[in-house]
Amino acid sequence: MEDRVPPVAGWELFGHDADVGVRGVGPTREAAFEQAAMALMHAIGGGDVVPKQSLEIACAAPDDETLLVDWLNALIFEIATRSMLFSRFCVRIEDGRLSAAAWGEPIDPERHEIAVEAKGATYTALKVAKMADGNWVAQCVVDV
Amino acid sequence: MDLSRITRISDYEWQLAPTGGMRVAAVIYADEALIRAMDDKVLEQVSNVAMLPGIVKASYAMPDAHWGYGFPIGGVAAFDPDRGGIVSAGGVGFDISCGVRTMLSGMARAEVEPVKERLAHELSRAIPAGVGRTGRIHLNEPELDAMLAGGARWAIEQSYGEGADLERIEERGCMPGARPEFVSAKAKQRQRSEMGTLGSGNHYLEVQEVADIFDPDVAAGFGLRRGEVVVTIHSGSRGLGHQIGTEFLREMVLSAAAAGIALPDRELACAPINSELGQRYLGAMRAGINCALANRQILGHLARAAWARFFPESELRLLFDVSHNTCKVEEHDLDGERRRLYVHRKGATRAFGPGHPDLPKALRQFGQPVLIGGSMGTESWVLVGTEASERRAFSSAVHGAGRSISRHEAVRRWQGRQIIDELAASGILVKSPSARGVAEEAPGAYKDVAAVVRAAEKAGLARRVARLRPLICIKG
Repeated sequence: MEDRVPPVAGWELFGHDADVGVRGVGPTREAAFEQAAMALMHAIGGGDVVPKQSLEIACAAPDDETLLVDWLNALIFEIATRSMLFSRFCVRIEDGRLSAAAWGEPIDPERHEIAVEAKGATYTALKVAKMADGNWVAQCVVDV
Repeated sequence: MDLSRITRISDYEWQLAPTGGMRVAAVIYADEALIRAMDDKVLEQVSNVAMLPGIVKASYAMPDAHWGYGFPIGGVAAFDPDRGGIVSAGGVGFDISCGVRTMLSGMARAEVEPVKERLAHELSRAIPAGVGRTGRIHLNEPELDAMLAGGARWAIEQSYGEGADLERIEERGCMPGARPEFVSAKAKQRQRSEMGTLGSGNHYLEVQEVADIFDPDVAAGFGLRRGEVVVTIHSGSRGLGHQIGTEFLREMVLSAAAAGIALPDRELACAPINSELGQRYLGAMRAGINCALANRQILGHLARAAWARFFPESELRLLFDVSHNTCKVEEHDLDGERRRLYVHRKGATRAFGPGHPDLPKALRQFGQPVLIGGSMGTESWVLVGTEASERRAFSSAVHGAGRSISRHEAVRRWQGRQIIDELAASGILVKSPSARGVAEEAPGAYKDVAAVVRAAEKAGLARRVARLRPLICIKG
């Protein structure tokens, strides 16, 4: 696994033998969660996703890391049950409670070339922390 | 893997004696080349499993082991409920009862070749594959509950397949002890339109040719003849299993400390077998197993219907159906007595030897068929369980080639279109809605499956029966 993080805020994927790691970095914990969601969507694939409809997502957890797993799993559930892809996120976190809006559109097999279905976010390589440069990182391995 | 920490027991067995919090030894079955190529994380994970309460004998890794989450993929561990043993949602994984079924056509490759292109097209239409492709089957809640209780038996009652299929499926098609009421509404919602779908990633349907026979007697007993064609399906419990895994993993992570379990890795989240949570997980996980058995039964039926349009005389008889992400209660020898143990197989296949009472009569004298998926463009294998396998790893064997290159890296190295063209030039037709998905599953991203099954045989886990070469591959 690569331990380095991107030099600027954003997202990236990192290697895992069978699955894929998603990593988000941003100036706040919320921004890192949003970027981790972007990384998840990139792992799934689909190309251009028009943010034409939105939905609300809420979850709560006793610690930041469990909250990240819950957030990504809530998205995976919405992708699976609504058959939607997302391309924009707005996350708020207060007292262990996350509330978010996610914008996207229904999967169109003609336009969206999807690489793989996400089964669930895992506790492997799970980290939510403020780094020395002041940015936050939010990452874990996703089973695909 | 750094070999300095482990002891070579034989050319195919490596051991780490218990150190630190390990309650038992960690044992890896592999030849030197395979173990050197394994990530150090495999040793870390197989050692972590050895720390879990109630583990007996040893924590095992199969020759195809690779870095998983919590357990290594290719991990086997048994727990004794009378010694505080646990059940682990991480030790089963998200794709509960993911597995393989192989059906025999009795047709020669030469008879299939002239219609190969049309057959591939028809199969890709008949089998919903990939993200966002739902099946034609939509179940309401009472129907879902009946499916979760009945497994492949339910599917056959709904006219998906023949009653004779049941004895060729583990648990005779229906996992006892399933508790659909312990499966959440969200898990059921995720499955409502996913019955009879293949999924994506490494799931596939392949038309394969029996390329080589290694054990003529067993091959004849299994109905495998060189040059004939078989149809193999690799899929699992779909969204329902993923959601059960997600929810119980979280609950076990958060409740482990209260249960007095110190976890070396959160992903090893577990609960005592004799606890409310442990029993609730077992009931839900067994319902997940039934979902996978029903799903593969339906997929088999869809494949048969497509096949029959070309070959009405060929019935696609089921050879066997195995699962490789499970926890099952089995009797094994332990310290000179038979014990009921909870055997976790995470990316490992059950491999009962000859004479095992759970095998159907027609197969009992040979041992259980062990179906090993390779990668697109290489080969798959049929092995048979051995008597020695019980002593080696609670009657377990490998489940596939195992990845050697991550998906992330595979996309950098290969393009899906190029892989499809190259395989077509070598006579293998790939049908997939996703070029990137094909690139992620490129044959070069997997270990040499021939080396993996050879190591499994040399280690005494299972014996090689036949090598299968793909002709058509339907991917998600």
